[in-house]
Amino acid sequence: MNASLSRVDARSGARLFSGLGMRQKQVLWAWSFLAVPVLFYAVVRFYPTLEAFWISTTNWNLLTKPSFVGLANFKRLLADPVFWKVFGNTALYLLLGTPISLLLAFTIAYHLDRVRFLHGFIRALYFLPFLTTAAAMAWVWRWFYQPVPIGLFNNLLAWLGIAQQPFLRSTTQSLPAVLAPAIWAGLGFQVVIFMAGLRAIPNTYYEAARIDGVSNGTILRRITLPLLKPTIVFLVVFSSIGFLRIFDQVYNMTSQTSSDPGGPLNATKPLVLMIYQTAFSSFDMGYAAAQTVVLFLVLLVVSLLQLRLLKDR
Amino acid sequence: MRGLRGMLLGLMVSVGAVAGAKAQTVEIEYWQYVFDARVKAMNELIKRFEAANPNIKVKQTTFPYADYQTKIAAAMPAGQGPDVVQLFYGWLDNFVGAKFIQPLPRDAFPPAAIEKEFYPIVSAMKRDGEYYALPTAVRSLALFYNKKLFQEAGLDPNTPPKTVDELLDFAKKTTKRDGAGNMLSAGITLDFPGQDYHWWRETLLRQNGGAPYSDDNKKVTYDSEAGAKSLNWYADLQRVHKVGQVGFMDEGQAAFRAGRAAMTIDGSFRLGAFGGIKAFEWGVAELPASADGKKANFASYWVNGITTKPTGEKLEAAKKFLAFVTTPEAMQLWLETVGELPARKAAAETEKNLNHPIYGPFLKALNYSYATVFVDEMAQRQVSLDMLNRVLLQNQDAKAALAEAAKAEQPILDRFYKK
Repeated sequence: MNASLSRVDARSGARLFSGLGMRQKQVLWAWSFLAVPVLFYAVVRFYPTLEAFWISTTNWNLLTKPSFVGLANFKRLLADPVFWKVFGNTALYLLLGTPISLLLAFTIAYHLDRVRFLHGFIRALYFLPFLTTAAAMAWVWRWFYQPVPIGLFNNLLAWLGIAQQPFLRSTTQSLPAVLAPAIWAGLGFQVVIFMAGLRAIPNTYYEAARIDGVSNGTILRRITLPLLKPTIVFLVVFSSIGFLRIFDQVYNMTSQTSSDPGGPLNATKPLVLMIYQTAFSSFDMGYAAAQTVVLFLVLLVVSLLQLRLLKDR
Repeated sequence: MRGLRGMLLGLMVSVGAVAGAKAQTVEIEYWQYVFDARVKAMNELIKRFEAANPNIKVKQTTFPYADYQTKIAAAMPAGQGPDVVQLFYGWLDNFVGAKFIQPLPRDAFPPAAIEKEFYPIVSAMKRDGEYYALPTAVRSLALFYNKKLFQEAGLDPNTPPKTVDELLDFAKKTTKRDGAGNMLSAGITLDFPGQDYHWWRETLLRQNGGAPYSDDNKKVTYDSEAGAKSLNWYADLQRVHKVGQVGFMDEGQAAFRAGRAAMTIDGSFRLGAFGGIKAFEWGVAELPASADGKKANFASYWVNGITTKPTGEKLEAAKKFLAFVTTPEAMQLWLETVGELPARKAAAETEKNLNHPIYGPFLKALNYSYATVFVDEMAQRQVSLDMLNRVLLQNQDAKAALAEAAKAEQPILDRFYKK
């Protein structure tokens, strides 16, 4: 009975479909294909995002029913010294990480572009860290930073007769110490993108410039950099978001089995790590959601600013 | 539509039939987190329990530690989840507050008997006169020492330090450095995020006459003279005497295992890991007493409780099962499989166990142990950790560091007890 009914439905459906115009059919097809990712995004991305806004106004701790507390979580956030410390750290990761990595990547790409000898091999070497698992890499670097007798860097310093450095055990050195492998890991990717950008600049410009007897510096400033702008903008956006969301390097380099993630004294803690701890160690979901909303706003502002930059062209 | 309804009806009838056929055997569900030795021990206990109670079946479900609490929190409100559940003693207030577990029925678990037969630390499971959960096993801290390094330093490898002064003296003798003063081998490991923060809070602080929290646990009380004295003593191990160094060999237990630390303070749960050491012999001793002979130790444990889910015959089955896993027999099995200590005095303090060179010191400690009542273990640990870091990395005065820590920890307690 049911089966025959649905067969009737199918038949009338087919008639309905054939009654549509070409354009309407195309739209229908497009939407039926789009339905899967749209549904996926709605359920997996957009719904939780909206839910996070709601949770940020509750005191939900996973165990009890959430109750509405208004903006109390945000007030607590503004008064929390750890939050401001962490906010500053996140900004430092961004403001140090992005320019340093881009400058390094460009310098390497610019010179590597001229190297013919073993070109592919050298490029592969630069790209290799990008393929490594962040956790594995962070652990190796963490051991590099250990004191004598197991730390590579400190053994080297001791051999040179220089005093040991605390690196990860210092409130001032630990953030750069964590940032270094993060930059190193992303370098390969940026070098490859820069080189693709450099290759895309037509040779005729350079030839014309040389015929006119223009110096290398001027070529770089007047031809290479302006024509490389789309690449630069892409990499700036890409790596800024990366540094704003830095997590695995910090977590793996600073947490011990019985953990001080983001330490010592929160010197290396980024916002994402604070959110993670608030949510999944303290189970303070409302407060964690409030932090997430702040991170969302920061990412939004940074992205909008950079979109603006793109439009300038 | 009618087809669907018919199908549903059929399904319901058949489910009912299956349930009817199984009415004689009761199935209850038991949850714990994944830890090989514990799962193995529990499987063995379930086997023995089912043999003794053929009409009860126990289904064990395990989750990775990281997801464990989340899974319970998600399952319980939905009416799913375990009938008997394992939880860390520090989670009790959360579980009671969320109505996940019920008070242990007095007929099967009379409070007076619990108080008489179990170690006093179990009283942390009591709320308003009712016990909510019971442990099978407990853990305490002890001093592990490397006999080979003791011998090399001219110390008797069978005489571990008995007082904190001796500990310092022995540590000085066993520390090794290179010409430039870099540490090659530590006298004692300094690993605050490991077990040292428990050692400081429940042992050193109390030996100096202090207490970490008020009796009702609602006030931080370590911001005191005793607090400053004990914190300074601990920090001086690195600052003044240089017999240990935070972060040396990454972790305290790693340094000890590599034979690069003469002494380390760790829990009974470390026995398994240290059991694999082949390069040297090691011994276990009670935590050193203070100069005037005062002893204190930190104990922690996992407990089993009955959730609010089972009623009727399931509740009866759950009661029987919980009673079984807290029998002396179960505790001895747990000791031999997992290495954790029996929670019943009588089961723990047998001649054989007390004279055991490794279990002995841990067991003796249970008589003078304190179980800290945490409301948010992670956050509270972070506070202590930051306190020591300010002293060691930023040369903050111990008194100021304690005051700042108390100021950070009090709101954590307040937020919890306000609820």
